[in-house]
Amino acid sequence: MEAAEIYALVRARFPDQVVEIVEKRADPYAVVDPHAIAAICGFLRDDAALAMDCLNNQSGVDYKDRIEVVYHLFSYSHRHSAVLKVRLPRDNPSLASVEPVWNSANWMEREIFDLLGVTFHGHSDMRRILMPEDWPGWPLRKDFVEPLEYHGISTVRESPIIRLDEKKK
Amino acid sequence: MSTLRTEEMTLNMGPQHPSTHGVLRFVIRTDGEVMREAIPDVGYLHRSIEKIAEKVGYHGFMPYTDRVDYVCAMFTNQAWGMACEKLAGVEVPRRGEYCRVIAAEFNRIASHLLTVGLMGMDIGAMTPFVHALREREMINDLIEELCGARLTFNYMRIGGVAWDLPPGWRDKALAYLEHLEPIVNEFNALFSYNKICIERLAKVAAIGPAEAIDYNLVGPNLRASGVNWDVRRDLPYSVYRDFDFEIPLGSGEWGAIGDAMDRYMMRIRELTQSARILRQALMQIPDGPVLAKVVRNFKPAAGECQVRVESARGDQGWYVVSDGTSYPWRVHVRTGSFAAMGMIQKLSRGLMIADLVVLIASLDVIAPEIDR
Repeated sequence: MEAAEIYALVRARFPDQVVEIVEKRADPYAVVDPHAIAAICGFLRDDAALAMDCLNNQSGVDYKDRIEVVYHLFSYSHRHSAVLKVRLPRDNPSLASVEPVWNSANWMEREIFDLLGVTFHGHSDMRRILMPEDWPGWPLRKDFVEPLEYHGISTVRESPIIRLDEKKK
Repeated sequence: MSTLRTEEMTLNMGPQHPSTHGVLRFVIRTDGEVMREAIPDVGYLHRSIEKIAEKVGYHGFMPYTDRVDYVCAMFTNQAWGMACEKLAGVEVPRRGEYCRVIAAEFNRIASHLLTVGLMGMDIGAMTPFVHALREREMINDLIEELCGARLTFNYMRIGGVAWDLPPGWRDKALAYLEHLEPIVNEFNALFSYNKICIERLAKVAAIGPAEAIDYNLVGPNLRASGVNWDVRRDLPYSVYRDFDFEIPLGSGEWGAIGDAMDRYMMRIRELTQSARILRQALMQIPDGPVLAKVVRNFKPAAGECQVRVESARGDQGWYVVSDGTSYPWRVHVRTGSFAAMGMIQKLSRGLMIADLVVLIASLDVIAPEIDR
C-alpha cells in the first residue's frame, strides 16, 4: 500500500486527530494529535489491511519553536511503510508512550527522553539511557550549552593550535 | 536433607569485561547460576555523534560516520552518502556504486569473520578466533590498498567513492574470494559443526519471528528467526538489483528457531553469499568515473529523508533533516545493536550467566553502535 493510502485510512478512522498530511516530499508524512498517538498506533498495528508490526525508527527533532517526535513504521507482512509525526511544545513536552504497542519503543523513547527531554507516560522505565543520570539539560536541544565541567572533570580541552598562535604573538 | 537457603545476589558485569564486546555493563540479579534478570547499562561510549553532525557540515561528517560502527564502517559511510544524495538529488556514477558495493561486501565478510571468531572466544575456544582473524587480516590489507585505512575507512563521498580501484586490485580481490570458500568449509569443520559448539549454542535464547519483529531486530538476527527480509533484496538500493544471491534463513535445525546457533550460522552462510555478490560485482564492474561532481559547499534543499541500508549488523535507518543550510539540522541513526541490546533484559530471564555471554555474542552487539 502506498503511504498516501495509509494516511487516508488513518484520516477516515481519526478525522479530527490527523492535523496535516504532507505528500510533496521524498518521504510523505502525517502529523497527528499527540493525545491520540497511542490510539492511532494501536489502530495501525491491529488493522489487518495495515498491520504495521514494526516500529522501525523513533526519533525526536528540536525545531526551536517546537519539538517533533517522528515514528517510522513498517509492516513486514505487507512491506509498506509510513511516517507519523507529533508536534509538542518545548516547555515540558510529554505524550503517551507507544511501548504497549511495540516493545522496540522502550529504548528509543528512553533515548528521546535522554537527549531531548520528552517525557513519555505509560513507559515502563523512563530513565536516561546514554547520558549519566545526573547530567544537566537535554543535549540535543538547540539551546543546550555544555557545562564546562562534570564532577570536577573538565569537558573542554585547550586547543594546541590556539596555544601555538598565542606563542607567536 | 534440609533444603539449602538461597538468596538473590546483585552482580556487576563490565564495563571492562572481556566478553562484553566493547564497553558494556550489566547489572545481573541472580540466585545461583540462573539469572533472574540482566539489566544492560549502556552509554559508556556515547560520543554524541548525532550532535557532532549538526556542527560539522555534510562533507565533514563522513569520517565521523566511521565511528558509529567501526567494525563495518563502509555501511555507515554508504548510508550517510545515500541520505545526502537523496536529499539533494545527486546521481552516483555506476562505477561508483559498484565500488561501494564491492567495498561494503568485503567489509561484511570482515565483520562476520570477526563475529564468528569472537563467538568461539566467548565460549572458550581460542583457535577459531585466530583462524578468523587471519582471514580478516587479508581483507584489511585489500581495503587498505583501496582507501588507505584498515578500520575507519572514510572511503565514500557524497556522490560516489573517493578513489577508484587501484591497478591490479581486482585480480587480488578475485584471488582472495577463491581462497575464502575452502576456508569457510575448514572453519565449519573446525568449529561450527563441532559438538561442543553446537551443544553450547543450540536452544539458547531462542527468539520467535513475531517477537523479533516487535523488538525491531534486524539483519541476520531477524533472519535467524525465520523472517524473510533483507533490505538489499526487498528495498534494493545502490546496484544490488544486478546481482543474484540468496538470503539464508534460520530454520531451527539445531533445536529451536532463532536460537544462538541459528544466529551464528546466519553469519557463516552470509560469508558465502557476500563472496557470490563480490564475484559478480568484480566481473561486471563498468568503466567510467567513480565520483559525481558535488559542490564543496553542499546545501541540500530543506526537507527530510530516511534511508535504510543492510549493514553487517542489519537494517540501519538514518533519518536526516535538512533546513537548507550547509549543516544538517538533525541526524538520527537507528542501529541494529541498539535494538538487539534493548531485547537482552527480556531474553536474560531464566538464562544461565554463562549463556548471557553467548547471547551477547550471537546478537553481534557492538558497543559504539549502541551508544553512538
